[in-house]
Amino acid sequence: MEIVLSTAIGILAASGIWLLMRPRTFQVIVGLCLLSYAVNLFIFSMGRLTVGAPPIMPKDGFVNPTAYADPLPQALVLTAIVISFATTALFLVVMIASRGMTGTDHVDGQEREQ
Amino acid sequence: MIQQNLILILIFLPFLGAIAASTLSVNAHNAAAWLSGAVLVGGLIVMAALYPAIEEGRVLRSVLTWIPSLRLNLSFRIDGFAWLFVTLVLGIGLLVVLYARYYLSKSDPVPRFYCFLLAFTGAMVGMLVSGNIIMLVVFWELTSVISFLLIGYWYHNPAARDGARMALIVTATGGICLLAAMLILGQIVGSYDLDRVLASGEVIRAHPLYLTVLALFLIGAFTKSAQFPFHFWLPNAMAAPTPVSAFLHSATMVKAGVFLLVRFSPALGGSEAWFFAVTGTGMVTLIVGAVFALFRHDLKGLLAYSTISHLGLITALAGIGSTGAIVAAIFHIANHAVFKASLFMAAGIIDHESGTRDMRRLSGLMRLMPVTGTLAIVAAAAMAGVPLLNGFLSKEMFFAEAASWHNGSWLDDALPYLATFASIFAVAYSLRFIMTVFFGPPPTDLPKMPHEPSPWMRRPVELLVLICLLVGILPGTTLGPVLNMAARSVLGPETPYFSIAVWHGFNTPMIMSLIALVLGAVLYFVFAARISEGPEGPPLLHRIRAQRIFERMLLSLSWKWPRVLHRLFGTERLQPQLRLIVLLSFAAGAATLWGGITFLQKTGLPAFDPAFALMWVVGGVCAIGAAWQAKYHRFASLALLGGAGVITCLTFTWFSAPDLAVTQLLVEVVTTVLLLLGLRWLPKRREEIVGDKLAPARIRRAWDLVIAGASGIGIAGIAYVMMSRPLVPGIGDWFLKNAYHEGGGTNVVNVILVDFRAFDTFGEISVLAIVGITVYALLRRFRPGAESAGLPEQQLGEEAEALKDYLVVPSVIMQWMFPVMIVMSAYLFFRGHDLPGGGFSAGVTLAIALLLQYLASTVRWVESHIVILPIRWMGLGLLISCGTGIGAWLFGYPFLTAHARYLDLPLIGKVPAATALLFDIGVYALVVGATVLMLIAIAHQSLRSARLRAQDEAPAEKEVA
Repeated sequence: MEIVLSTAIGILAASGIWLLMRPRTFQVIVGLCLLSYAVNLFIFSMGRLTVGAPPIMPKDGFVNPTAYADPLPQALVLTAIVISFATTALFLVVMIASRGMTGTDHVDGQEREQ
Repeated sequence: MIQQNLILILIFLPFLGAIAASTLSVNAHNAAAWLSGAVLVGGLIVMAALYPAIEEGRVLRSVLTWIPSLRLNLSFRIDGFAWLFVTLVLGIGLLVVLYARYYLSKSDPVPRFYCFLLAFTGAMVGMLVSGNIIMLVVFWELTSVISFLLIGYWYHNPAARDGARMALIVTATGGICLLAAMLILGQIVGSYDLDRVLASGEVIRAHPLYLTVLALFLIGAFTKSAQFPFHFWLPNAMAAPTPVSAFLHSATMVKAGVFLLVRFSPALGGSEAWFFAVTGTGMVTLIVGAVFALFRHDLKGLLAYSTISHLGLITALAGIGSTGAIVAAIFHIANHAVFKASLFMAAGIIDHESGTRDMRRLSGLMRLMPVTGTLAIVAAAAMAGVPLLNGFLSKEMFFAEAASWHNGSWLDDALPYLATFASIFAVAYSLRFIMTVFFGPPPTDLPKMPHEPSPWMRRPVELLVLICLLVGILPGTTLGPVLNMAARSVLGPETPYFSIAVWHGFNTPMIMSLIALVLGAVLYFVFAARISEGPEGPPLLHRIRAQRIFERMLLSLSWKWPRVLHRLFGTERLQPQLRLIVLLSFAAGAATLWGGITFLQKTGLPAFDPAFALMWVVGGVCAIGAAWQAKYHRFASLALLGGAGVITCLTFTWFSAPDLAVTQLLVEVVTTVLLLLGLRWLPKRREEIVGDKLAPARIRRAWDLVIAGASGIGIAGIAYVMMSRPLVPGIGDWFLKNAYHEGGGTNVVNVILVDFRAFDTFGEISVLAIVGITVYALLRRFRPGAESAGLPEQQLGEEAEALKDYLVVPSVIMQWMFPVMIVMSAYLFFRGHDLPGGGFSAGVTLAIALLLQYLASTVRWVESHIVILPIRWMGLGLLISCGTGIGAWLFGYPFLTAHARYLDLPLIGKVPAATALLFDIGVYALVVGATVLMLIAIAHQSLRSARLRAQDEAPAEKEVA
């Protein structure tokens, strides 16, 4: 399983990074989204992979921590999902505002000189 | 105990006074002066109360614990030397306040002046009584910053701005060197405590870093005390109002440097390097200052260079470092403060009454203002070192030290001659000040006719001149005891009592004084006419202007070189920058992991599942497809991005993270809608971009593909290595064990977010609020690009008619689903503490419910039926979360401590009631508000641009008509 997931993280990250270096703002925004999936999965996978044991505790009795998925990376990723949504929204607005002001969707605000 | 509190009052009173002064009305001249006067009198009363203890030779301390875990305390100490200095600062400060009340004109904004003056006093006092050398540097820098504000008080005047900036750059640079010196000193001694440092002179001098510390320390002290070659800022600081000059350049700012030299002479002094560096610099400054002062035509310019010269004298004494020299240095610090403050004030009165400070225009003022004239003449005589005045005594002591044998080096042998030489010039410039301004023919060419100032403006000068006379005639009974007390606190309790007498017999210093007086008078009377006709500055040397060199350096450092560097190494284009960031991160990752990675296969991993692999085949294709299509087919790319997101979400579900899956799915919906709304404003992309198929673009893409591929493989490798290792038990276990008992919830992820790490969540929702408001603010002034301003073509022509009702059935469903979704949102919220859900996902659900209403009908219809005030939601959310956090204080717990219990409600049964739930309500409200605000702000752009279109068309139609 871990080989599948790590390959998936690699593909998401590579697509994201490639888009990050492209000249059009929309490409960059899609790239950031893809990269954030990759990073979220990466952080999440640091808690190792557990199937069928979500960190929902019984109300009493002894708690065996090894029987549950690690909650800490999950809490971190939950925060990261919300924050990456916020940054995407902000970037989108900056993108359309810059497009309105400069008349182009090139990341530098002007087309490349040929 | 009472003394400790008195010291704290002494420190905080000026700062509190400064805050109070800043709130006064702009015209409250009297109120501001009374307030400042009261603060300074309060300080002086404290000093009087402390005197008996200080006189016994005790060192008073007061320690405020600040961060006990780091052993950081605010420690203050007052000994005899600090007592004398603080009293001097407060006393002169009080007189300056009185003087400024009459000096400042009606149009000057007074709160700013008195606020800065008091803050400066506070910083200076803080510096003097700091018991920790790092804190000393902090106060030291504070004096630099506030002096910048004071010198630039008349900021409409370019000279004031330049002078202030130069003073700040020079003294703050010195301050940084001083900080470095103090840090090294602290490392050498093993403590930042001033007493420990002062007691470790032997260790410091023997340390290999001694010379480094000494150099850095001296740069700090010399820049502040305007020693050659850093002296040039002081004359330029004369653009300040005269009360500021009188305060900064007599008793306070510039004296901080010599204070430090005297204070640290037991720790750093006593070596040959110290003697040559300090005494040498002091003597050069003494001579340079005295020579330049003679040739200045501006009254304050003359006084400024004279100040430099006298500071040189004190520095030279500190360098000599013998008992007599230290006593003389302290004595001269006090004497110079008194006569120079009175001279600055007198110069200010002359400027105020006659409208000019140019000595070539001033003449014969004795007849017009006899009292001020007499006072100024006495003060100037003290500056020249005429017997029976205080300046004479300390100068005699300086001569005595210069003439006596210390270490037999060439500098020591040359001292008496250099001292006499400088003193000749001191006599000459003092004479020039007296003769040109007050004697000679009546003035003819003045902007206004001078007369005596208002008596209260003259009182401070009168008092200071009286002190000059008293100390000069009765030194042993007036200043003697305090001086010895100060010297003992610097040199140690065994220091013999040093008696100061007016008459020591006809000895070497006396002869030197007489030579200086006679030759100085001769020098002035022979060259008087030529000096006043000549340029500002000594012959030949006036062409070398340190100021101009400084400005050229500043220009190079802050403008030319950065431009060159930027041209050589910088780029304003984003792509190379991002490429560089990616490459650097890759290199950093590769460098740290190189050779350190080993593959371990752990047992008990989830078994390989073909369904999962198939899922990610789809996910991978989606991701690559999204990347492939993002340039020309944005909509397709967006759909594929959503696909990758859904697979990510499924992965979270697969591996026991239901909370993440829920949140990811909901956020995915909102993000996609947001991007869809944004697509409308991007340029059409139907034709090939010029040059996209040419070789350079292809090479760029291929090269980026290599970088991206390598980075992807790297990240995949690290992820694989990490996943295949056994998990090290971490704090995750603690959370699992304690979530229910401590946090009262069974869903550990939610308990972490709203209870254990609630402060992080609080920060996060603040970020969300900021982003929401920023989006809203950015879009308020939004103007779309020219080609997207019109209606989209789907809404034009026959096609639009045909598609008019294409969403009828879905829109009815969406409207019917609205209440269901609200219930769903509430359900997610309430089960959050125990089961997957919580404030975030519930908030986003409600936002989606509202969003669907916008999609189902027009914006106008929705907003006439539901009132949504997203900013209020956000404000309320922040208030609730913050209020819950503050609530913990009421029960004596730290911010955001949560309390959890179960309530037994009739009929319903046990219900969790944690304060964390309240916090989660705040999160919920804020998430709803911020998300809706962003979406609505973008959605409204269509409405706005329709309005703008209507406005543009209306005038056009008129023209046609």
